[in-house]
Amino acid sequence: MSEGLLKGRAWKFGDSVSTDDIIAGRYKFKTLNMKELAKHAMENIRPGFADQVKPGDIMVAGWNFGCGSSREQAPRVLKELGISCIIAKSFARIFYRNSITIGLPLIECPEAVDRIDEGDEVEVILDEGVVRNLSKKLEFKAKPYPDFLLKILREGGLIKYVKKFGRLPW
Amino acid sequence: MGKTIVEKILGKLSGKDVSAGDLVVAPIDYAMAHDGTAPLAIKAFMEMGGERVWNPSRIIFIIDHVSPSTSIGTSNLHKLMRDFARKHGIKLYDVGSGICHQIMVEDGYVKPGYIILGADSHTCTYGALGAFSTGIGSTEMASVFLSGKLWFKVPETIKITIMDEPPSWIMGKDIILNIIGALGSDGATYKAIEFDGSVIKKLSISDRLTICNMVVEMGAKAGIIKPDEKTKSFLGDNLGRIDIVEPDKDAEYADEYLVGVSGLEPQVAKPSKVDDVTSVTEVEGIEIDQVFIGSCTNGRIEDLRAAARILKGRKVKDGVRLLVIPASRKIYLKALNEDLIKVFLEAGGAVYSPGCGPCMGGHIGILGDDEICISTSNRNFAGRMGSPKAKIYLASPLTAAASAITGKITDPRRFL
Ligand code: SF4
Repeated sequence: MSEGLLKGRAWKFGDSVSTDDIIAGRYKFKTLNMKELAKHAMENIRPGFADQVKPGDIMVAGWNFGCGSSREQAPRVLKELGISCIIAKSFARIFYRNSITIGLPLIECPEAVDRIDEGDEVEVILDEGVVRNLSKKLEFKAKPYPDFLLKILREGGLIKYVKKFGRLPW
Repeated sequence: MGKTIVEKILGKLSGKDVSAGDLVVAPIDYAMAHDGTAPLAIKAFMEMGGERVWNPSRIIFIIDHVSPSTSIGTSNLHKLMRDFARKHGIKLYDVGSGICHQIMVEDGYVKPGYIILGADSHTCTYGALGAFSTGIGSTEMASVFLSGKLWFKVPETIKITIMDEPPSWIMGKDIILNIIGALGSDGATYKAIEFDGSVIKKLSISDRLTICNMVVEMGAKAGIIKPDEKTKSFLGDNLGRIDIVEPDKDAEYADEYLVGVSGLEPQVAKPSKVDDVTSVTEVEGIEIDQVFIGSCTNGRIEDLRAAARILKGRKVKDGVRLLVIPASRKIYLKALNEDLIKVFLEAGGAVYSPGCGPCMGGHIGILGDDEICISTSNRNFAGRMGSPKAKIYLASPLTAAASAITGKITDPRRFL
């Protein structure tokens, strides 16, 4: 992900997908093994998701994606399944912070969400905040990340960043 | 330009003059994590090569979510927390102590002007005492363990002024549900909410905590109430040196709302959206299977008194189960001394040891398919309390208690 180019097939979701939808609370108390947890990702609202999703795939959703609890297991299981990016109209704030911290890029771009259908090929250039719908040949521009957050994403998350540089980015 | 409370707190502690939109790094007064989030934070801390925490006396661990443990997996995670706490000299509140947010408030960790981070979304509760407090995830919490600092984007603030003559039965829960219904579940995303007005001044600290607890249900980063005499007397001896922060008269707000409560009816959030709020009269008569009175939203002594007021000398409807969980051991003891526990038991309810209980479907009180629960907690997402096919209505302790008696969602004013 060094040049910040992400590409994959779109999975489309509606508004207010909660952290309980992403991974139900009852699972997270039993294990820190994300592979185990990931099997249950999205099972309440999209049964079979964990089996069908392919590395690189991109999730596309409406307003307030990731609302609810602070559970970091939510972005972690999606990353575990190989989701390369989530594009939504807006994100809940803790989910947003958690995703960057664990190295899962998010793009806030309402226009793009409206013009991407399930199954479309989507490409994201993270450094520039560009979203392309390759299937429909459309391009959208989102607000790029502040520099220090982009650095965390480039390193694959805060843990890897600290391991490499021996300090926090702030 | 004048400043909001949050701009002032973040400005003062980061040592800069800041306004909404600025990125700051600020030192943290207290960091809290519980059994749902601490284990992952500990793992991240170790992966980052952490050897010593920045200040063990500023970190609080609480085992409340699945407490006591119900599986080997959970027990091992609890053990990880206990071992880490012992090694680093971190204070750990073990099984039965109570819900994290209640303990933070009750044991004096929360003071006006503080910055407090919790690895839990309802950390926003502490704004009721004039602190800036917000939720973060586990890995960020690990970075706080390392450094005692974190970056923030200074949020814009929405000001909500609550006025009029409040009805005698009104609870903080009715007010905040009404506001959530009006603003929507993303109505305050990334923002702080300042509550003010004559009604806020009249409300107890308990009701104020309920209100700030639920701001995250509108996506807010923090809820905050300017400290007053009630705050001071609540903090009492623990006040010490504090920093009462007030907003400037010309503070700039992203939005300002006036909320009148005189004509309000008891409020209920319908399944499965917190912002699908209506008056109890609209949903009266819906049959229920379970009633839950507790959680960090409504498990305080005032809430138990309210429920007991209705349940005293009455019986829970056959076929309905009533679960009551005091939010902390101290509350449980008070409820014992005031004979409230007796009221619940005589009514046919079940009273459990302090903790989160069924609130997030972790263990006791899990709902089966198509079951209906009325709960005093703060979230009703599908699957939150068990089966994704179960339905959860959110309401005040008065409304929940009234419903327990009839077995149907019931207007508590019938019993008052
Ligand atoms: S009572 Fe419910 S909302 Fe409060 S901390 Fe526990 S699980 Fe979270």
